[in-house]
Amino acid sequence: MVEAISFRNDAASAEPAITLDAFVAEQANATAVRLEPGDDARALIPYLDRVSLVEVGFPSFRDGRGYSAARILREAGYAGELRAAGDVLVDQLPFMRRCGFDTFAPDAPIDAEVLSRSLDRYDVHYQRAADETVPVWKLRHG
Amino acid sequence: MYKYDQYDQAIVDARVDEFRDQVKRRLAGEITEDQFKPLRLMNGLYLQLHAYMLRVAIPYGTLDGRQMRMLGHIARTYDRGYGHFTTRQNLQYNWIKLEDTPDILADLATVEMHAIQTSGNCIRNISSDQYAGAAADEVADPRPWAELIRQWSTFHPEFSYLPRKFKFAVIASDEDRAAMRLHDIGIQLVKRDGVLGAKIFVGGGMGRTPMIGPEIKEFVTADDLMSYLEACLRVYNRYGRRDNMYKARIKILVHEIGADDYRRQVEEEFAQVKLLGIDPPAAELARITAMFAEPSYEIDAVDDIDRGDPDFAVWVDQNVVAHKQPGYAIVNISLKPVGGIPGDASADQIDLMADLAEKYSFDELRVTHAQNIVLPHVRKADLYTLWQTLDNAGLASANLDLISDIIACPGLDYCSLANARSIPVAQKIATRFASLDRQRDLGELKLKISGCINACGHHHAGHIGILGVDRKGVENYQLLLGGSGAEDVSLGKITGPGFSEDGIVDAIERVTDRYVSLREDGERFLDTYRRVGMEPFKEAIYG
Repeated sequence: MVEAISFRNDAASAEPAITLDAFVAEQANATAVRLEPGDDARALIPYLDRVSLVEVGFPSFRDGRGYSAARILREAGYAGELRAAGDVLVDQLPFMRRCGFDTFAPDAPIDAEVLSRSLDRYDVHYQRAADETVPVWKLRHG
Repeated sequence: MYKYDQYDQAIVDARVDEFRDQVKRRLAGEITEDQFKPLRLMNGLYLQLHAYMLRVAIPYGTLDGRQMRMLGHIARTYDRGYGHFTTRQNLQYNWIKLEDTPDILADLATVEMHAIQTSGNCIRNISSDQYAGAAADEVADPRPWAELIRQWSTFHPEFSYLPRKFKFAVIASDEDRAAMRLHDIGIQLVKRDGVLGAKIFVGGGMGRTPMIGPEIKEFVTADDLMSYLEACLRVYNRYGRRDNMYKARIKILVHEIGADDYRRQVEEEFAQVKLLGIDPPAAELARITAMFAEPSYEIDAVDDIDRGDPDFAVWVDQNVVAHKQPGYAIVNISLKPVGGIPGDASADQIDLMADLAEKYSFDELRVTHAQNIVLPHVRKADLYTLWQTLDNAGLASANLDLISDIIACPGLDYCSLANARSIPVAQKIATRFASLDRQRDLGELKLKISGCINACGHHHAGHIGILGVDRKGVENYQLLLGGSGAEDVSLGKITGPGFSEDGIVDAIERVTDRYVSLREDGERFLDTYRRVGMEPFKEAIYG
């Protein structure tokens, strides 16, 4: 079992995440949902107040749909745990953090030192995203 | 020209550090080639047939003498003394060692350059009109808008793992010198009631399924531009096909769901995205625009050219274009000498062009998508001296837009994707039509060669296009007629069965001979083709 990575203050949810279809259809008591790349994250928006974990699956690191899913959920006001799970690589974590992911369940271990360098490397970013970063144009013009 | 401030520099410097770290981990075996590939690709580093190829970004094709000289320095220090200017206004080196790349990027960073997003499934270098800021027909200089898009798209956290690569072109005149509608997103700046805005075309492209991008939005102001583009990209990132890499470009999505449905989805997404406050303030576009202010022209510069030297006069007629400022001209430096490799320049030639830009063109150069170099702001009084210097360096070929001004991809001489060689075919054609008088009699004739179906050599958009294919292990060349990447955009059609390497040269000559016998007054080859259609040419070729 590869160690999970968390940037949250609370403990990671241990509840098994169920599929979006199952969640929307009938699992009124469930609080953890798993989105696959082809799922429409917007379908989850009406239920976000009772969700505490959204796990977004990355079957391949090349499939970038999960980045949009994360941003859509954060833009809709979701503040719960947002987990990237699967083929998640260290060089992708900075982008994923900026899209709103705050926990990670990678298939392969991630070197803590490489990750720390990678996350600290860029002091500034050009664009606004789902994180707290102040974009460069805001730094320039206030 | 755009100049970095401390933020731009910090981002590029961090990128050098990041790539140094990635290369170190790769060389140490900590990451696999499969994992390293998307990382190096997002930094313009390809593994080709013989070596690594590094593609350096030249945003909207604009650079200054200092930057140009650095390109020469890198060619000399880390490569084999030359570089290749590309159809996306970039420069690539063909003989790079992986372990040298961090140092090359560090060198580039000292002159505000980089290789960020020159490949990979992300938003690529933004291309533009090579005459921007100098052409009389533009409503505004398109480059400030291109720079705004460059910054927004650089390390965009949501759009770095798109289904496929993504190319923008931004122009600002009705004459399209950048093949705008053959880009994933093409933008034409237009004015409406005195306000500048963007007309947006989405879903154009070449490759194995060429398409002309339909208009998706008539007018987007600068205030909404980033939100609108973010919506365009988000719809693509979510719904673009990922099951088949040959169907993954946005053109396929727009084609499959239709422009109207794509537009509706973008509008819905825009309504959400616009609330996020991702659009820079007007002050940011103003800041960038100020850096593209007109150079300080001499107001009483002489407007006449002494055409006494006939060779010079031919070059002026062919390669020099009207400038909006009286007394000035736009100079095209052809990188297509007969028998040469289209788009290649030696380190010495690169240095010389840097010197000439500093001396004669307010320290500015442009790279064109046709793989030539432009000095955008030259005093007419300096043209003769400039021409003499170019001529001595083998840079005064007077063939702009003529049959020997060939666009060619690197082909099987370098590229691991190619099925056939492009460069020798270009050389043979240029040699067959070496007579400049003959070329000038044939007039504007854009010939474009790709060594495989991916169409890097823009063969679909050539008045005459050539596509190299592999037929049972033998290189075979298909001939296309009638394409155009300009404002009269069209896609070429295949004439019929293909040819051998020498056969294709003969076939082209039969086509041009037939054109000469069919043309009416003032008709370009393309005009004649459009008037008479394919049949007379087929008859000439296949008899």
